[in-house]
Amino acid sequence: MHPAPSIILFTTLSGAGFGLLFWLGLDSTPPTGWVAFAFFTLAYLLAVGGLMASVFHLGQPRRAIKAFREWRSSWLSREAWTSTATLTLMALYGAGLTFAATRIGALGFIGAAMALLTVFTTAMIYAQMRTVPRWNTPLTPLKFLAISLAGGALLAAKTAFAIPLLLLAGALQLAHWLMGDRLTETGSALVPNSGTLRAFEPPHIGDNYLTHEMAFTVARRHALKLRVIALLLMAPLPALLLALPGGHVTGGFAVLFHIAGVLAARWLFFAEAQHVQARFYGTHARTESV
Amino acid sequence: MPKDQPGLDMSPPVSDEVRRTTCYMCACRCGINVHMKAGKVAYIEGNRDHPVNKGVLCAKGSAGIMQVNAPSRLRAPLRRVGPRGSGEFEEITWDAALDLAVSWIRPLRDSAPEKFAFFTGRDQSQSLTGLWAQAFGTPNYAAHGGFCSVNMAAAGIYTMGGAFWEFGQPDWERTKLFLLFGVAEDHDSNPIKMGIGRLKARGGRMVGINPIRTGYNAVADDWFGITPGTDGLLILALIHELMRAGRIDLDYLARFTNAPILLNGDQKSNDHGLPLTDDGGTPLVIDRRTGQPAPWNGQGVEPDLTGTIRRAGITHRTVMHEMATHFMDPQWSADAAEGPTGIPAARIRALAADLARTAFDEAIEIDQPWTDFRGHRHQKMIGRPVSVHAMRGISAHSNGFQTARALHVLQILLGAVETPGSMRFKPPYPKPWHGHPKPHAAGKPGQPLDGPHLGYPAGPDDLLINPDGSPKRLDKAYSWEAPLAAHGLMHMVIPNAHAGDPYRIDTLLLYMANMAWNSSMNTDDTIAMLTETDENGDYVIPRIIYSDAYASETIAYADLILPDTTYLERHDCISLLDRPICEGDQVADAIRWPVIQPDRDVRPFQSVLIALGARLGLPGFVTEDGSPKYADYADYITNHERRPGVGPLAGWRMSETGLTQGRGAPNAGQIDSYIANGGFWTHEIPAEAQFFKPWNTAYQDFAVSMGFYDAPQPYLFEIWSPPLRRFQLAAEGKGDRQPPEHLRADLARAMAPLPTWYAPLYGAEDYPVHALTQRPMAMYHSWGSQNAWLRQIHTSNLLYLPTAIWDAQGFAEGDWARLTSPHGEITVPVALMAALNPHTVWTWNAIGKRKGAWALDGDAPEATTGFLLNHLIGECRPGTQTRRSNSDPVTGQAAWFDLRVRIEKADPPEGARPAFAPLRSPVPAAPRHLRWKVGR
Amino acid sequence: MTTLPDKTDRKLGLVIDLDTCVGCHACVVACKGWNTENYGAPLSDQDPYGADPTGTFLNRVHSYEITEPDAAPRLVHFPKSCLHCDDAPCVTVCPTGASYKRVEDGIVLVNEADCIGCGLCAWACPYGARELDAAEGVMKKCTLCVDRIYNETLPEEDREPACVRTCPAGARHFGDLADPDSAVSQLVAERGGYDLLPEQGTKPVNKYLPPRARDCGPSGALTPVAEDPRGFLGWLDRALSKLPGGS
Ligand SMILES: Nc1nc2c(c(=O)[nH]1)N[C@H]1C(S)=C(S)[C@@H](COP(=O)(O)OP(=O)(O)OC[C@H]3O[C@@H](n4cnc5c(=O)[nH]c(N)nc54)[C@H](O)[C@@H]3O)O[C@H]1N2
Ligand SMILES: Nc1nc2c(c(=O)[nH]1)N[C@H]1C(S)=C(S)[C@@H](COP(=O)(O)OP(=O)(O)OC[C@H]3O[C@@H](n4cnc5c(=O)[nH]c(N)nc54)[C@H](O)[C@@H]3O)O[C@H]1N2
Ligand code: SF4
Ligand code: SF4
Ligand code: SF4
Ligand code: SF4
Ligand code: SF4
Ligand SMILES: [Mo]
Repeated sequence: MHPAPSIILFTTLSGAGFGLLFWLGLDSTPPTGWVAFAFFTLAYLLAVGGLMASVFHLGQPRRAIKAFREWRSSWLSREAWTSTATLTLMALYGAGLTFAATRIGALGFIGAAMALLTVFTTAMIYAQMRTVPRWNTPLTPLKFLAISLAGGALLAAKTAFAIPLLLLAGALQLAHWLMGDRLTETGSALVPNSGTLRAFEPPHIGDNYLTHEMAFTVARRHALKLRVIALLLMAPLPALLLALPGGHVTGGFAVLFHIAGVLAARWLFFAEAQHVQARFYGTHARTESV
Repeated sequence: MPKDQPGLDMSPPVSDEVRRTTCYMCACRCGINVHMKAGKVAYIEGNRDHPVNKGVLCAKGSAGIMQVNAPSRLRAPLRRVGPRGSGEFEEITWDAALDLAVSWIRPLRDSAPEKFAFFTGRDQSQSLTGLWAQAFGTPNYAAHGGFCSVNMAAAGIYTMGGAFWEFGQPDWERTKLFLLFGVAEDHDSNPIKMGIGRLKARGGRMVGINPIRTGYNAVADDWFGITPGTDGLLILALIHELMRAGRIDLDYLARFTNAPILLNGDQKSNDHGLPLTDDGGTPLVIDRRTGQPAPWNGQGVEPDLTGTIRRAGITHRTVMHEMATHFMDPQWSADAAEGPTGIPAARIRALAADLARTAFDEAIEIDQPWTDFRGHRHQKMIGRPVSVHAMRGISAHSNGFQTARALHVLQILLGAVETPGSMRFKPPYPKPWHGHPKPHAAGKPGQPLDGPHLGYPAGPDDLLINPDGSPKRLDKAYSWEAPLAAHGLMHMVIPNAHAGDPYRIDTLLLYMANMAWNSSMNTDDTIAMLTETDENGDYVIPRIIYSDAYASETIAYADLILPDTTYLERHDCISLLDRPICEGDQVADAIRWPVIQPDRDVRPFQSVLIALGARLGLPGFVTEDGSPKYADYADYITNHERRPGVGPLAGWRMSETGLTQGRGAPNAGQIDSYIANGGFWTHEIPAEAQFFKPWNTAYQDFAVSMGFYDAPQPYLFEIWSPPLRRFQLAAEGKGDRQPPEHLRADLARAMAPLPTWYAPLYGAEDYPVHALTQRPMAMYHSWGSQNAWLRQIHTSNLLYLPTAIWDAQGFAEGDWARLTSPHGEITVPVALMAALNPHTVWTWNAIGKRKGAWALDGDAPEATTGFLLNHLIGECRPGTQTRRSNSDPVTGQAAWFDLRVRIEKADPPEGARPAFAPLRSPVPAAPRHLRWKVGR
Repeated sequence: MTTLPDKTDRKLGLVIDLDTCVGCHACVVACKGWNTENYGAPLSDQDPYGADPTGTFLNRVHSYEITEPDAAPRLVHFPKSCLHCDDAPCVTVCPTGASYKRVEDGIVLVNEADCIGCGLCAWACPYGARELDAAEGVMKKCTLCVDRIYNETLPEEDREPACVRTCPAGARHFGDLADPDSAVSQLVAERGGYDLLPEQGTKPVNKYLPPRARDCGPSGALTPVAEDPRGFLGWLDRALSKLPGGS
């Protein structure tokens, strides 16, 4: 799949933002006043920034509002609802903390749950895709949730939770990769009784929306390198940094590394994912280097 | 569950108006419905009523809308101001353009008309252009058939009075076994596809004989991946097998072919091997009723296939005797064919058996009595449901004429021509070679030529040569180098004019042929010839006038450009006098008419030619007082008469009692009648006349009534060809017109009166690989690439290599290869293809473009990785001392597919090699986006 | 309406004959022409005369090469457009309801006025049958020529998809696949029409007819009547004497 920067940015940033909101909502002794303001601003920058990025990815951003319509069947629509609900609830909750130094516990809990649900709906957009076997697994939402929780904990400076969550996220990411690697190209023949079938000529010599969007694959050796970097950056390194006594400085680096690692992993999440329709383009699927 | 589905307008009006005309995205000439919205072309679809396409339309036809709005369209007449090739032009008025042209060519007409040469590409107005050139008086006129398919056409005419495509077609409704030789697309694009579809739907079988298994060959039930240039061997082996088994249609051979004709057996005679005739010159057969010689066409005569006659101690035997001796020779056996063709002998034998079984055991009958020219009444029409089609895969080799002859003889032996289920001629064919004119080349300054340029010689006496044997025509057509060059040799025009061989010319008028690119046999050489100057700094070919509609590669090499309209902006006629669109059971012709008006200062070339004719005062183009005879082409189409009562269009003519068809006086409302009828006219052939046309009195009478000819002219198919034999006799030293020594041996072999095979003449022993091109179905030569929709399908091309070469040289995807021929070298991207003859490589034709042409960006893939094989081909045959054209020695057909190469892996260059300097575009830059919708 | 109808009254679709498709792209361009001028936004083209021309097409023809042991390699041309699936995942993923399946005939359409161009439906489609138009930013897909097949301004015989009408080889058939007696259903039954990638669970309405077996024409050889010309002429004399008029 084509690794669109806007989508990578969106899922990474909003994941971390909603993760932070989760921890803020759950926190029984949350910051208040300016500190709360700072935390919430960060969370909203990440979450809303990510959402904005995804809106600009749309062909018709001005109609984005219509995305709320089909919550009964569409995970994207559900994401629209959950994210808006989360942001609304958490705005009220955050306003209470910032301006009135009051914690409306129930609001926080519901908001936290909604934040997780938001991440889950985002993940389900991918996980539901039968057409992309690498995504079409329960590991996808689990991984998204773990990464979001870990990133959130990291941002919320919940070190005790952050370290195990980072390691869990790392483990799930690894599992996701390994499981994806075990997938073999199966599926029924495009033409019955066709021995070995090979794409001879594509329908159009140049690119089209489909080849651009879905026939992207990354070369294996590049992927491996990137996986190592992504994994190290997103889990063990930040965990190690957190374990070190460094206060804000190491914490800051941990956050940066983690985000960079997740970005790289997210890039791979797309770049390594093979869409079944690429089978139609066969050998003509583009292999592009990083 | 009630659904809140959005409201949909399910009946939106498709257009304000439908204008029905004829497609011209290729030469197939399908009927189209042009849907108009607010005066603009909104959508093009096939015309269901049209005889050619019956509603279907190919990719090119549907993309016509992108053709008429292509940014490459020329906008006004251009006069060259910079050096040739620089692309520096100024726009001039039409008046200035015509004045200039007249100032160049009028003096030539008055002094040496042969110094003016006029050659046209794939246009469909050859009856006008030919007439014009004849009136001008130059011998140097032809269309492009000489580099296209003259082998097919000439072999068909000489053998049976018709060939494939415009002349004949399989009886698609009835045929059961269809053999397709060497066709990727053909001119008959849609009809072939429709025919194959119908054949398959009926459960018929199709065999594809082609080195490459794409397109039609991909859907063929059986594929014979033959080695290029060897079809003759395969066909002769089939004939050999059929003869040995006696599985041939003896009755058909006896009645309708010259198999029973007696040949002069006197080896000393100058007529040795020519038909014995009676005193009146009528060839003789032995009448089985009497055992005596009789004229072949005598009433009631029953010709004897094995008759002999002994006169003055010499036994004269029939053609059938010669056939037995020739075709039974082991050199034509399946075993002998196996090696060169690459087809196992067992498969060849099986195919022969399949042919025989289908033709004879699955024969069909139509309950339709008919009478032949000997007065014999046949109660039924017996059909042989075997049909064949072939095109350039056979035609474009230097042994193509004989191969095509062999193919026709195979059909004839099976009784599979003009019988139900086999091949049917399309009116005005059948028409034997002797029903056509002879070629003419004698002109006097200021006078018209002595007759039509092109025709069918009966023997050496009809050659167009001077007393010293030198050619009269610039292209050397009808000289000893190409005696039966029925379509001229367009590929030799520029090389010969450049070499001054046989002479130099002054002005070359080219129409609709991209000679500085894909349609010349060696692109770089041709460009050099067009730009070369003599010691005075003058161009060796002093003046070039060119009519194109688009910014093609050739524009840059002309001195004066006469910009044509697109096909939706002009009148045209698809005439019975020219290249009609008839069907086996239907006479038909058609027109084009301006369904839109040009928005540029362009004019239809035919009207321009008529205007030029008037300015030059050419006979036929001016009235007695010297004023223009025709206002424009539409006027000409309506009012020109070739013979009294016979004009360009056969429909809606005028008789004393009202409208008539075929023969009749001009009718001022004729074009309107065509428009009202959908742009075409058809007339059903009577049922009794629909088959056995060359011999069927009902058809002969019908043909006369339609004006195809003036008296019935039944004839016999010529398995043994007397014209060829006359040339062969000359090569053997008989007669007073003798070929030059260096051609004698070649001629003796190539002019064999019975079909034969010899290896292609392109001397390239060190070049083991055959290199071919194929037409992509969605592209038309060079002009597909200017079409925004079509070019996305074929934006660039690859060279396909067979597995054997791929593996042997360790090629991998993305690799490039260097191809070397005796003429040049190219470096191109390659890809693997398994379904390919192991000695053959190929690519799509004419995808490669020159930078700057066609209003494409300079970095368009067509111009960077796209390539032509033409850089490797040569007009002259390698390894010959004198200039010998790379052509069939009989017809002068360009031998494109004789090309042989060496191939080796190459480092990927920046783009395909050779790379040419970019051309300066004569049109403004193209738009960056397209959202074409006229009815918003 | 992004949920799928439980059942549609009819199942209109295409049956594509891989045995006869010659890969001419006629259907591709007819579709482009019709849908540029009709339903919704025009199918746009980017860089149409430049280095990287791309455009929106609703129907594309692939070609594949098939190699098998002990058989000559062969090519199959493979046209592909929306298969109007019964269980169309492209519909259920759509957040806006722009994608829907019609109850009356099962045609899957995009209501462009509602489409936000998120591209999800294209991801959900296993067949690559949807393309986002780069100029309009909305999803385009085969409409089964819904604006032709019921179009009362067209003559009855023209109420069929543009691609079907134009296909020179007659390799495309249109009809109701819910009706077992329809010509298309019978063709599917006779020729073993199959579902493309059934494991995707989309239940495509369109069917493909597989190519017939190749290169298995009759074998055997003719029995000679003679091996040389003399023998042949002898046979010929005998054969001729049996013909009417023979002595
Ligand atoms: N779409 C489209 N249609 C066209 C044209 C076009 O450019 N585009 N051009 C038109 C013109 S001008 C012409 S002349 C016709 C030509 O139409 P075709 O005769 O179909 O010509 P080509 O496409 O050159 O295909 C020649 C075929 O012959 C095969 N071949 C080559 N050598 C041999 C051989 O020795 N034996 C056998 N058996 N096969 C061989 C090649 O593999 C190829 O398949 O098409 C016309 N129609
Ligand atoms: N390698 C290789 N080369 C080949 C062949 C091959 O098989 N292999 N085939 C050969 C054959 S058979 C042929 S016929 C030639 C074809 O070659 P060309 O005859 O050169 O064919 P086109 O590229 O179609 O060029 C015709 C010119 O006509 C112009 N044109 C198009 N429409 C109009 C119009 O309405 N009016 C006017 N005035 N001009 C118009 C086009 O812009 C173009 O410049 O190619 C030959 N070249
Ligand atoms: S075959 Fe295609 S391009 Fe040629 S005339 Fe017919 S529709 Fe037009
Ligand atoms: S138009 Fe018909 S034959 Fe041509 S590619 Fe399409 S389906 Fe195949
Ligand atoms: S083919 Fe694709 S776009 Fe069409 S209905 Fe099925 S899933 Fe949807
Ligand atoms: S692109 Fe349009 S039709 Fe497709 S899912 Fe998004 S909103 Fe729905
Ligand atoms: S049915 Fe209509 S929209 Fe669908 S592929 Fe055919 S022409 Fe295109
Ligand atoms: Mo041609």
